Amino acid sequence: MPLLELSGVEARYGSLQALHGISLTVDEGEIVSVLGANGAGKTTTLRAISGTVRTAGAILFAGNRLSRRPDAVARAGIAHLPEGRGTFAELSVRDNLRLGAYVRRDRAGVRADLKRVLDRFPILAERGDQPAGTLSGGEQQQLALGRALMQRPRLLLLDEPSLGLAPRVVADFFRIVGELNEKEGLSVLVVEQNANLVLQSSTRAYVLEVGRVAVAGTSSELQRNESVRRSYLGY
Amino acid sequence: MRTGVRIALGLLVAAAAVTLVLVLPHWLSDARAAELARAGCFFIAILGLNLLTGYTGQISLGHGALMAIGAYTTAILTADHGLRDLWTIPLAGLVAMAAGFVLGLPALRLSGLYLALATFAFAVAMPALLKKFSGLTGGDQGINLFDQALTRSTGALGSVHVFGRSVATNDFLYYLTWGIGLVLAGAAWLLVRGRLGRAFRALRDSEVAAASSGVDASLYKTLAFAISGFYAGIAGSLFVLVSNWFVNPQSFYFDKSLLLVVGAVVGGLGSLAGMALGALFIQFAPTWAGNVSNAPGAPSVFFGAAIVLVMVLAPTGLGGLLRSLGEALTSRLYTRNP
Amino acid sequence: MFFAVDWAGVAQQVVAGLSSGGIYATLAVALVLIYRATGVINFAQGELAMLSTFLAWTLTQHGLSYWPAFALTLLVSFAGGIALERVVIQPVEGAPVLTVAIVTVGLFFLCSGAAFWIWSPEVKSMPNAFSTRPIRIAGVGFSIADLGVIGVSLLAVALLWLFFRFTKLGLAMRAAALNPDSSRLTGIRVGWTIALGWGLAAALGAVAGLMAAPSLGSFDQSFMQPILLYAFAGAVLGGIDSPLGAVVGSLLLGVFLNVIGTYVSWVGTDLRQPAALAVILAVLLVRPAGLFGRAAVRRV
Repeated sequence: MPLLELSGVEARYGSLQALHGISLTVDEGEIVSVLGANGAGKTTTLRAISGTVRTAGAILFAGNRLSRRPDAVARAGIAHLPEGRGTFAELSVRDNLRLGAYVRRDRAGVRADLKRVLDRFPILAERGDQPAGTLSGGEQQQLALGRALMQRPRLLLLDEPSLGLAPRVVADFFRIVGELNEKEGLSVLVVEQNANLVLQSSTRAYVLEVGRVAVAGTSSELQRNESVRRSYLGY
Repeated sequence: MRTGVRIALGLLVAAAAVTLVLVLPHWLSDARAAELARAGCFFIAILGLNLLTGYTGQISLGHGALMAIGAYTTAILTADHGLRDLWTIPLAGLVAMAAGFVLGLPALRLSGLYLALATFAFAVAMPALLKKFSGLTGGDQGINLFDQALTRSTGALGSVHVFGRSVATNDFLYYLTWGIGLVLAGAAWLLVRGRLGRAFRALRDSEVAAASSGVDASLYKTLAFAISGFYAGIAGSLFVLVSNWFVNPQSFYFDKSLLLVVGAVVGGLGSLAGMALGALFIQFAPTWAGNVSNAPGAPSVFFGAAIVLVMVLAPTGLGGLLRSLGEALTSRLYTRNP
Repeated sequence: MFFAVDWAGVAQQVVAGLSSGGIYATLAVALVLIYRATGVINFAQGELAMLSTFLAWTLTQHGLSYWPAFALTLLVSFAGGIALERVVIQPVEGAPVLTVAIVTVGLFFLCSGAAFWIWSPEVKSMPNAFSTRPIRIAGVGFSIADLGVIGVSLLAVALLWLFFRFTKLGLAMRAAALNPDSSRLTGIRVGWTIALGWGLAAALGAVAGLMAAPSLGSFDQSFMQPILLYAFAGAVLGGIDSPLGAVVGSLLLGVFLNVIGTYVSWVGTDLRQPAALAVILAVLLVRPAGLFGRAAVRRV
């Protein structure tokens, strides 16, 4: 049974329909990427999962119907790292991390996780009391990931993590995500425009076009298929 | 909607409006005509406010004070300087326009809430200022044209002779206010459709983007204040006439300014037709509320509830509601490509 | 040169000014709370506080003494504020800010009218919150009531600060006001945090009204209107988006108004309101963001 399953999901912004029936799955322990051009519906797909856009169709998480309310989605164990990081710029780095654990009740576990996150990302420990807005782009990326990890999610949704960041920072980021996936079994669904980069880290990929799934397969299949690369992935 | 159809519809609506205004008094009692004349004054003031707030996004809680300036200009010129009241109307507009311009200058540095507070302070201060310069304004007593300039107050003595026909005073005032109102509405419509209107809207949506596209923000922002001041001045001038040719500092207490903004927002900012609805609302809703119950405080309760209800049901105002209705109805005329 | 100033008198006036300022501060913080949560100035905040005060008065007329009535009124006001937000404000939450502002104007009329409808227009008087005996500190006589009002106001504001700074819910409310979208993703129910903000604001307003009514001696249905004006002025002076600014600004305003009212004879008591307006105007002309507010940085 897949961890996440979307069947025929439609989504609309007002009268504009953005998704015309998306079906995809993410198995436990996988990293799956969602690719496509601007406007293809990648971000909307993630929003459909986290409940921040109106949807029709079935979304199952661990076999159960996933609630359409964002707070319930967070409670179910899905963490959404939005486009642009979504940091609370005026709050301190520590407060940002604490907010990540909002849905959790186990205070001791939260304290332990905070320490682990600060150990893993030393720069956050160093800037712990500074307003998060004073951090650089790459540091805010770490903060956003740290915040997501504080939730102890089973599934991580990443929306264009490479946006606006230097290549080395992005490579570092994917390395960390890869580690989390291998060592802690965190499942990941990542949306990216930079296909080349993300295909190297993920197991399988879906390519979206105008709100529909155009191509699906393992990452290596897609990378090897020259016509797919040329038409959909731009390289 | 295709532009041709839209213009045709617009002309149709305009023609209907003019006809309605001309013909209505036949069915109206004298008292109703007087009430509608007052609504006409509000209509003109709110038209100006709509240009300022709806189109350039600058909030003013001080337009009652600008009306006061227009009103007192008319009163003073008629009482002390021998002018016939009707000729003072455009002059009142010009004086208030200058005042609007002056008010717009500090407004350049302020936005949103701060601008609202500054104009609100202006509105609250106006009655006190009027009382202070009592030599000019008659202080607390105000100016009563009935006593001081009866012969120059058109219609004060009874009916008015226009084009050889005799028109009842209240009917005359009704025609005067709504006639001027329709003309000014037409002017506003032309303004909005032209270059000025585009500049205004650009300022409302993003001042920074507008400035970088070459829109001189300071010029257009103060111009908007000046134009809306002109409208408010005319409205204030007419207000004296419809208030039995009397004005005193209490006529323009700060609640007038607040009422004008209520009228503009309930009417629907950005919608010229909405402004007429808004004016009718602020004129008739309080009276309606008083009719429901005149226990002390009850009219305020119903008026307040009416405001809340209208805003909850029509967040973009009555004009916005009209527009959605219009679109819903006319969209049936065309099929969309699947 | 030694100025033969009546320092004792000045001290008394300053304390009295801080007492009024404390009342303005409590209401000003309520205004800032709602401004941060909903983005509007709640025009009806004063009238809501007035209704709370009248409720408390009615309770005292039915046998409760001041402090039990105070506590009960606070609870009812808190619940009322939450209910108000859910019923009237939530339906227009996506609407333009001016629409919400006009809704609060409608509420102003509604509350004001309701008070005149329900209660008679005769002036009423509230039992004293504190003892009316004077107290001598360092040889100067002060009013216990003044000191008590200062204490209660500062306590209310301090408790609120502690709540926002140190509790999970307080942090969630701050986050929701700053970035509602990100807040939803972390599981915060943004709608309910806004409602909670309105509840807290209503409770603060009740505190302001309940402190003001006894100190005025007698009060009627319009007694909160000048206080709302002073609270505005204090909040503008301090910075409308800063709770600390609202407190400091209001305290300063209270002292300022009291001192010039006493020592500058032509100002007296009639010009208190225009003086407050003059303060608002001066601040807006010189430094709109106030003492502590953040001048919004415009990223091009």
